[in-house]
Amino acid sequence: MNKEPIVTVENLTTRYGDTTILENVNFQVYRGEIFMILGGSGCGKSTLLKHIIGLLHPYAGRIVVNGTDITDAGGEALRQVQKKIGVLFQADALFGSMTIFENIALPLYEYTDLSPGMIDRIVKMKLALVNLAGYENHMPDELSGGMRKRAGLARAMALDPLLLFFDEPWAGLDPVTAAELDILIKSINAAMGTTMVIVTQELPSIFGIAQRVIMLDKSARGIVAQGDPRELREHSEDPRVNNFFNRKAAEIGGGM
Amino acid sequence: MKAPPVVNKDYILRVEEQASGDVILFISGRIALDDLNHFVADVGSILENRALRKLDVNLGGVTYLDSAGTLALFNLEEQGAARSVPVTFHDVTDEIKGILNLLDQKAHHRPPLSPPKKSPNILEQVGEGYRRLFDDISQVLSFVGELFIALIDSLLKPRSVRWSNVLSYMKKAGVDGLPIVGLISLLMGLIMAFMSSLQLKQFGANIYVASLVAIAMVKELGPIMTAILVAGRSGSAFAAEIGTMIVNDEVNALKTMGFEPTRFLAVPKVLAAFFVVPLLTLYADLFAILGGLVVGVVGLDLTIFTYLQQTRNSINVFDIVTSLIKSAVFALLIAGIGCQRGFRVSGGAESVGTSTTSAVVSAIFLIIVADSAFAIMLHYIK
Repeated sequence: MNKEPIVTVENLTTRYGDTTILENVNFQVYRGEIFMILGGSGCGKSTLLKHIIGLLHPYAGRIVVNGTDITDAGGEALRQVQKKIGVLFQADALFGSMTIFENIALPLYEYTDLSPGMIDRIVKMKLALVNLAGYENHMPDELSGGMRKRAGLARAMALDPLLLFFDEPWAGLDPVTAAELDILIKSINAAMGTTMVIVTQELPSIFGIAQRVIMLDKSARGIVAQGDPRELREHSEDPRVNNFFNRKAAEIGGGM
Repeated sequence: MKAPPVVNKDYILRVEEQASGDVILFISGRIALDDLNHFVADVGSILENRALRKLDVNLGGVTYLDSAGTLALFNLEEQGAARSVPVTFHDVTDEIKGILNLLDQKAHHRPPLSPPKKSPNILEQVGEGYRRLFDDISQVLSFVGELFIALIDSLLKPRSVRWSNVLSYMKKAGVDGLPIVGLISLLMGLIMAFMSSLQLKQFGANIYVASLVAIAMVKELGPIMTAILVAGRSGSAFAAEIGTMIVNDEVNALKTMGFEPTRFLAVPKVLAAFFVVPLLTLYADLFAILGGLVVGVVGLDLTIFTYLQQTRNSINVFDIVTSLIKSAVFALLIAGIGCQRGFRVSGGAESVGTSTTSAVVSAIFLIIVADSAFAIMLHYIK
């Protein structure tokens, strides 16, 4: 695998008001890998993700996505970057007033000049890819949670992005559906070479499909571990990392 | 013999004719969504312009292929089949093979599981409209019943009411509304006085400008204007707040904790509006009279004293009390319908918007109906 970075985060510091969430965070995501951002609740995982996709502006530091520095970029330049990325939000964020077809076709009508017939074919192909063939005329609230996640994924992939971001994609899914999503993510990554950046705390999926992870921690306000998750589970000395990967409760006040 | 290569943005097509008459199409470069229209047209024209027996496509030079590009290849294959020209792909790299296998070529042939929603005919629409109207009426009636019971209950047990909540809604609906209510009433008073003065001046009846403003504002316009402003500011806010709580399952959470949503959410809002709207109405009357006074003093050479004297003579306590009662009734209607429309929300963001609109429109409708009823009643009482 070539080690060409597609996302570079340098000295990132983020704040909400006076509270510093992350301080001096540095890492890179390489083209074509499945990369996960882990950590307990409130450690700033989602905040970090929102910075990388350009929804929040950093307090200090630099974020380069696909060769463009999005911390300086505004307007048109940022839109060009955003055309190359797809995001699956935690609450799927499908537009409730549109059918599944319209949801997926929206970016295609906006950003391409393809004929309606071609868009129709693309949408149906994406639906088949996420195992939702035939559901184009359904409304989002007629689908189950797992199906909505997959429809959201189809929408995120509408423009054939180079980079796909997932915010807690397994939250609220049953184990079978979660495993299906694992396979889907892995096969899309393998066949199309799409870089996957996933924010999660779902251990089975982390061990199942992650190629490289970083782990954030609230007290450290930054990265406490990075590397292959299976190695971190076995060899990490840091109790925070150890507890996370082995699903142990932190010792409170000297023992239980 | 070689045809000149067709050069375009990212991909290169090269057609090579063999001695046997067969044609090989070499595709190299990038086949992606950005260039898809050109690519489909270019490849299509190769099929169209030549009478081929079969077409061999060499994909050896393709550096990047996304799912839209794959679709274009599938498309080429189908176009070929339609002209009975078999299209075969050669030199397919493992990466491209991966994409070809991942995607389903037949996806667009499968019929949708549910047919596209068609708009109903006029008869269905009329029927549906009436069904919804009756649904709406029965829902409003049952909500009125619930609210009435909850209000009686809170009268009997005043400690069960969340008074801190009532106060906060009183601030939002009342205090925060003072500037806009004041401004609009002041302008209404000014305009009324100015327009009427133009007419009354001709008869030397300047003094009656004061009576006109006072009677019109206190009896009719004060309560109505205030009520419409409150409906727009607070009725809509009540509906949106409760609606969003329903969307977020907060109302279900209240139910499972043993709270009755009507009592917990609607009663504080209704009580707050009930207390605060009459006060707002008084305030509106005052500012309208002030507006009239400005015109009277500046434009009609009346003294402040005569203007106020005339104002006092033209209205009596009965007028003010009935105006306050009227605005209290309006308040109940606005807050009640606002909460009811909020509780009616189901689904998502769009439903919240519809309910908020409906809260304001229904409130204004009810205000006008109630005002007409009051006009007739008061005529006979007096």
